[in-house]
Amino acid sequence: MSLTYHLQVVNLLAALLLLIAFAMLSQRRIVALITLLAWQGVALAASTAIVAWSTGQHHLYGSAALTVLLKVIVIPWYFFRLVRRLEMDREVEPMINVPTTMLIGIALVIFAFNLALPIAQMAGTVTRSTLGIALASVLLAFLMMITRSKAMPQVIGFLAMENGLFFAATSATYGMPMVVELGVALDVLVALFVLGIFFFHIRETFDSLDLKHMEKLKER
Amino acid sequence: MEIYWLLALPFAGGAVLALWGHRAGAPEVNAAFSLATLIGAAALTLRVIAHGPAMIGGHGWFFIDPFNVFLVALTAFVAFTTALFSRPYMRIEADHGRLGAGRLRLYHASYQIFVGTMLVALTTNNMGILWVAMEGATLATVLLVSLYRTPAALEAAWKYFILCGVGIALALFGTILLYFAAEKVLGDGGTALLWSHLNGVKAQLEPTVLQLAFIFLLVGYGTKVGLAPLHNWLPDAHAEGPTPISAVLSGLLLNVALYAVMRCKVLVDGALGTPLAGNLMMGFGLLSVLLAAFLIKRQTDVKRLFAYSSIEHMGLITFAFGMGGAVANFAALLHMTMHSLTKSAIFFAVGHATQAAGTQAMADIRGLVGSHPTIGWGLMLGTVAILGMPPFGVFASEFLIITTTMHAQPWATPLLLLALGVTFAGVFGKVQPMVFGEAGLPRLPHQPALVPVFIHLALVLTLGLFIPAYLADWYRQAATLLLGG
Repeated sequence: MSLTYHLQVVNLLAALLLLIAFAMLSQRRIVALITLLAWQGVALAASTAIVAWSTGQHHLYGSAALTVLLKVIVIPWYFFRLVRRLEMDREVEPMINVPTTMLIGIALVIFAFNLALPIAQMAGTVTRSTLGIALASVLLAFLMMITRSKAMPQVIGFLAMENGLFFAATSATYGMPMVVELGVALDVLVALFVLGIFFFHIRETFDSLDLKHMEKLKER
Repeated sequence: MEIYWLLALPFAGGAVLALWGHRAGAPEVNAAFSLATLIGAAALTLRVIAHGPAMIGGHGWFFIDPFNVFLVALTAFVAFTTALFSRPYMRIEADHGRLGAGRLRLYHASYQIFVGTMLVALTTNNMGILWVAMEGATLATVLLVSLYRTPAALEAAWKYFILCGVGIALALFGTILLYFAAEKVLGDGGTALLWSHLNGVKAQLEPTVLQLAFIFLLVGYGTKVGLAPLHNWLPDAHAEGPTPISAVLSGLLLNVALYAVMRCKVLVDGALGTPLAGNLMMGFGLLSVLLAAFLIKRQTDVKRLFAYSSIEHMGLITFAFGMGGAVANFAALLHMTMHSLTKSAIFFAVGHATQAAGTQAMADIRGLVGSHPTIGWGLMLGTVAILGMPPFGVFASEFLIITTTMHAQPWATPLLLLALGVTFAGVFGKVQPMVFGEAGLPRLPHQPALVPVFIHLALVLTLGLFIPAYLADWYRQAATLLLGG
């Protein structure tokens, strides 16, 4: 009884994760995007913790704690600071065709579910049904990166992609080995550090973080 | 024991140079650390030769076999010669006022850390750590590509960061799937991602999962190899970054990424028992060779020209690995070595040539032989070597690849020959007037470092004339390992 109950909560959180991925796809304001990213981190950490509790996989608590620390606290805090210092708070991104993007998103979700189906059937984990959702949120984040023209939303898309990947790892295998998770977390931290420096350089050179200025390098 | 030295030295070097990388002697310190790393790599190589082919060190954390130890030696060697080349190169750049103290520090520290992450990627036994190290290598070089802070450099670095980031994220998904398949056989926990363990049970791994995993891993790591159609970042990053970085990106990083793909291929071949992995690699490889050959004709920037040539050669190597078989693998390994040595030598010469001319536009670099004979001849010989002219080693490996293709995949032979021909016409036609013709370029303020160019070319020439028996044995062992026997 309690396991099915837990499972339902995990499924609910998975649905939430997917919903947030769609919300990100249509969100134009950068500040709101960061908030969404933080909430996605919350959903991810909560589902990881519940899986840890209901299956007795204790190392997943570590993974959940890492997610809270990194994705709910450090990254959003750092991004909000960057937004303030680079004065992006009011920026609204002009986007073309939100409905079309949404339709492509739905197609991606269907594709992801089909792709994940044979693997999910093989998984021995109780959470296997959420693998499709994990893959779908990876693809949606990918779509978001493609459709955005500003640096910050692209990076948020990248981190959302990473959230999806972690969710996939939890639902298919109860998480990766701890060393690997720590290594990935370290890479994310270094990437953020590098990005922070990089944003300032882009800003100095172009007076904006709009990537439209960065379309000079093409094959002619 | 050597392995700890080997891995600790570059990171220690990175820390030291992060503090003192702007001092007058920093380029020498950089070279000294690279030399120490090279000595460590040599010690490791000797140990592998003495103690038999494969060994697992550090409680299963490291795995050394003939395949990766030769890449370790190559990486440490080219990293050292590039550090030698970067001494005068960076001094000249600093004199021109293109780089301040902070950026020199960043450059030297990142250089060492980049080499360190590549060595970790090569020696680790854990497929997860391999992923972490590959991503680390990207991060270490992003700020190097944008070192000059010009609009084009920033754009190139951003493209590099995002494209390789997405690629590597796909590879992470592949790694998760690999762990998923492994966990069923090996049980969960840290050991299920160890390559030596996976290799032992590869026949029992679930084929459908590994099939999907390999597609993600190939696309992911393939982005870093520069395989078409995921190659977009490569010419930009090579052209806009400082030339020593172009040399190590082209000569080393691409090899390391391909190494990661090959480690995965061995597992997938064992699990599937079908040539799926090889076919995919042949497809991507052939596409890269053809695409690069036809894009080479359009280039006007000398560093972009040779970046496309790197895509072509990596495509050729991927194609050869994809064909599989002992001879093709042997040829691919040989070609990896030759390309690495030749391409970095070319970038050394190109680096000084562009400094003398003050531009990377090929139309403005003229008559190098007249004003800078050694640079001119270095560039000419390097170009002749990379185009596969005998008696250089590239000829030997390309010849082996083509003859194997005639046996194994005859349909691909005309395509490969066409691409090689088009490349020859494109590159030679552009380099010839740069080297010969009216002289008139100013002298360089520092003595250019041309010893590395000629050491590399001499090695390529020697290996083209004859391959010492122990080296051939070594390649043969590595080639057999890759068959998954």
